[in-house]
Amino acid sequence: MKKKYTISVFTEDMVGLLNRVTIVFTRRKINIESIAASDSEVKDIHRYTIVVTETEETVKKVTLQLEKQVEVIKAVYHLDDEVIYQEIALFKVPTSILLQGGEAEHIVRSHHARVLSVETQFTVIEKTGHKDETQKLFNELEPFGILEFVRSGRVAITKPMRTLTSIVNELENA
Amino acid sequence: MEAVEYKSKQKMKPQQQMNGAQAVVHSLLAEGVDLIFGYPGGAIMPVYDALYDYEKELNHILVRHEQGATHAAQGYARASGKVGVCIATSGPGATNLITGIADAQIDSTPMVCITGQVASSLLGTDAFQETDVIGISMPVTKWNYQVTRASEIPGALAKAFYIARTGKPGPVLVDITKDAQFEMLEFSYKPFKGMRSYVTCPTLNLSKVQQAAEIINSAKRPLVLFGQGVILSGAESQFQNFIEKAGLPSAWTIMGLSALDSDHYLNVGMLGMHGNYAPNKLTNECDVLIAVGMRFDDRVTGDLSRYAKQAKVIHLEIDPAEVDKNVKADVAVLGDAKEALVALGQLVERKEHQEWLQEFRKLEFEEYSEVIKEELNPSQEQLTMGEVIRSVNDHTEGKAIVVTDVGQHQMVSCRYAKFKQSRSLITSGGLGTMGFCLPAAIGAKFAKPNREVVAVIGDGGFQMTIQELGTIFQTKIPVKIVVLNNEFLGMVRQWQELFFDKRYASTTMVNPDFQKIVEGYDIKSKKVTEREQLNGAVEEMLDFEGAYFLEVKVGKENNVFPMIPTGASVSEIRLK
Repeated sequence: MKKKYTISVFTEDMVGLLNRVTIVFTRRKINIESIAASDSEVKDIHRYTIVVTETEETVKKVTLQLEKQVEVIKAVYHLDDEVIYQEIALFKVPTSILLQGGEAEHIVRSHHARVLSVETQFTVIEKTGHKDETQKLFNELEPFGILEFVRSGRVAITKPMRTLTSIVNELENA
Repeated sequence: MEAVEYKSKQKMKPQQQMNGAQAVVHSLLAEGVDLIFGYPGGAIMPVYDALYDYEKELNHILVRHEQGATHAAQGYARASGKVGVCIATSGPGATNLITGIADAQIDSTPMVCITGQVASSLLGTDAFQETDVIGISMPVTKWNYQVTRASEIPGALAKAFYIARTGKPGPVLVDITKDAQFEMLEFSYKPFKGMRSYVTCPTLNLSKVQQAAEIINSAKRPLVLFGQGVILSGAESQFQNFIEKAGLPSAWTIMGLSALDSDHYLNVGMLGMHGNYAPNKLTNECDVLIAVGMRFDDRVTGDLSRYAKQAKVIHLEIDPAEVDKNVKADVAVLGDAKEALVALGQLVERKEHQEWLQEFRKLEFEEYSEVIKEELNPSQEQLTMGEVIRSVNDHTEGKAIVVTDVGQHQMVSCRYAKFKQSRSLITSGGLGTMGFCLPAAIGAKFAKPNREVVAVIGDGGFQMTIQELGTIFQTKIPVKIVVLNNEFLGMVRQWQELFFDKRYASTTMVNPDFQKIVEGYDIKSKKVTEREQLNGAVEEMLDFEGAYFLEVKVGKENNVFPMIPTGASVSEIRLK
């Protein structure tokens, strides 16, 4: 059965490696639903957070193929209940809608969204959360007119307590 | 960009000023390379200029097409066990390498490809002969890297060689911009020692070895399948000790062929689509399947849902990604094949599975009566591919290196060629690259000049890299070329006959006079059309000192059997 998996890939810092990592997916015609790249807690180690909907068997094989890449240090996969994850969404809306009667303002408040910037013509609102939460805010603001919308890829912290530092230490002492 | 004047050749000092191109040459020398295959061009010219000063130390073989350079490097690597090196210019030179790189990737052949690239200031401008070879080669290389500074060259090449030859070997590509080839650097070479993100070989887990040994010791009908892993880890004798001690019938993939003497009493033949009857049939009757350094390719397994379901599976494998990829292992022993076989060899009990072995012999006899006898000693008027291979066997006593192309002649060569020594069968296994043979045979002969190298090619594949006759002509490399000419793309025609109602779409080859072509290259030749000419011609070919071209007209519509049709189970292998 296909489920949503979060794959965390820890890598050396190398030009083109992201391409090599995505090739592992595209070659098997697996759609990458979201991808985020950043530093990790260990100096010079980068991490990609990749979300796919696939069977566990496929995800497991893909993870091994990822680890086979020379500059990939470790790749792990988790179900949603094994990670703490967030996405950030930014909404650009006309400032005027927040001034009319307070309904839009009420929506923003009830979602615990943050106002980042207020300009004469537009206001930028930030909502961090799971996709269904940011989507809900989107749906509610849509009738008022959204000028621009963007949502980031998922970033995720894994619940298991094995640390990257311990993995790296093991590899370096092998 | 300014050309740098080369100083006259001088002895290497530990630290020396030189340009990037010279650093390429010195890095190759530091890696012990003495032979490379390549083709010059604009963006790689500085390296060629540097090579000019080192013609003695670093022999450069000028091929006729960059694809030929890759296959020659593969042939060299496969025959010698060393890293094959090829070199090409940017753009079309680089793209022409891709087929050989993909072939080396799927067949785990250690190869370092060096390409020239436009100057770094021109990257991304669609400059003359610019192509994104890093992007293009990424899916088919084990590793690749673009060098834009001369100071990166020694480190990048040291890493390239290390990655190519360690772990599961494979092709790597280093792309060097022209300005980096001209730039000066302080040269010092340090061999690469490894990196945390790249585990070359998993540590052997002895409890897994123990579990595997227990399963083997209680097996009644064990069957070993071995692949190239045995050859790549140099584990031939350890493998033989292991199977002899435990009395294990052993079958091979074509990549594993020649790792075990063809006439060894436990060698039960070839696996897969056109393999032998017994090992395919009995794959579905064994109780324990022991896979050693092989990856359960679909051409070996047939329908996976009906593959060895009754058996406990033990998989000795260096690459964690191969375990459970196609066939689920009950016990996976990760690690180097040699190390694993030594450990396992100590724990298995001495046994002979005589009754079980007799089952192979029975099926072997059936195959012999139905297929092999007629193939090797035909009653039909037309010559068969099998009798040509038999004649080569007879005259080389199984001591030659046989290189094949892809198709019917490849299956026949693998089925019938006899080997006494490892690294003696060189073929394009995973990728199935027509045109592989002729350049690969050239590479193999350069690697093993004292061994006979016989290139067996079909009339189709011969014409895919026929220009490498020019390389033979120029280098005088004495390879023996046997073209089995059936005037068809035989394997495709066979499938059309069996599965496409004999609709022979575009498989008829209207061929030129091959003898006239090779005559232009001053290669001695003979054409055999009658059976009584065959042995004499093979003898003459092998006795001749230089390169030789032997064309044999074989039956036009002969088929290779046995055969496992696509989608069928290994046990449904057909004898006709």
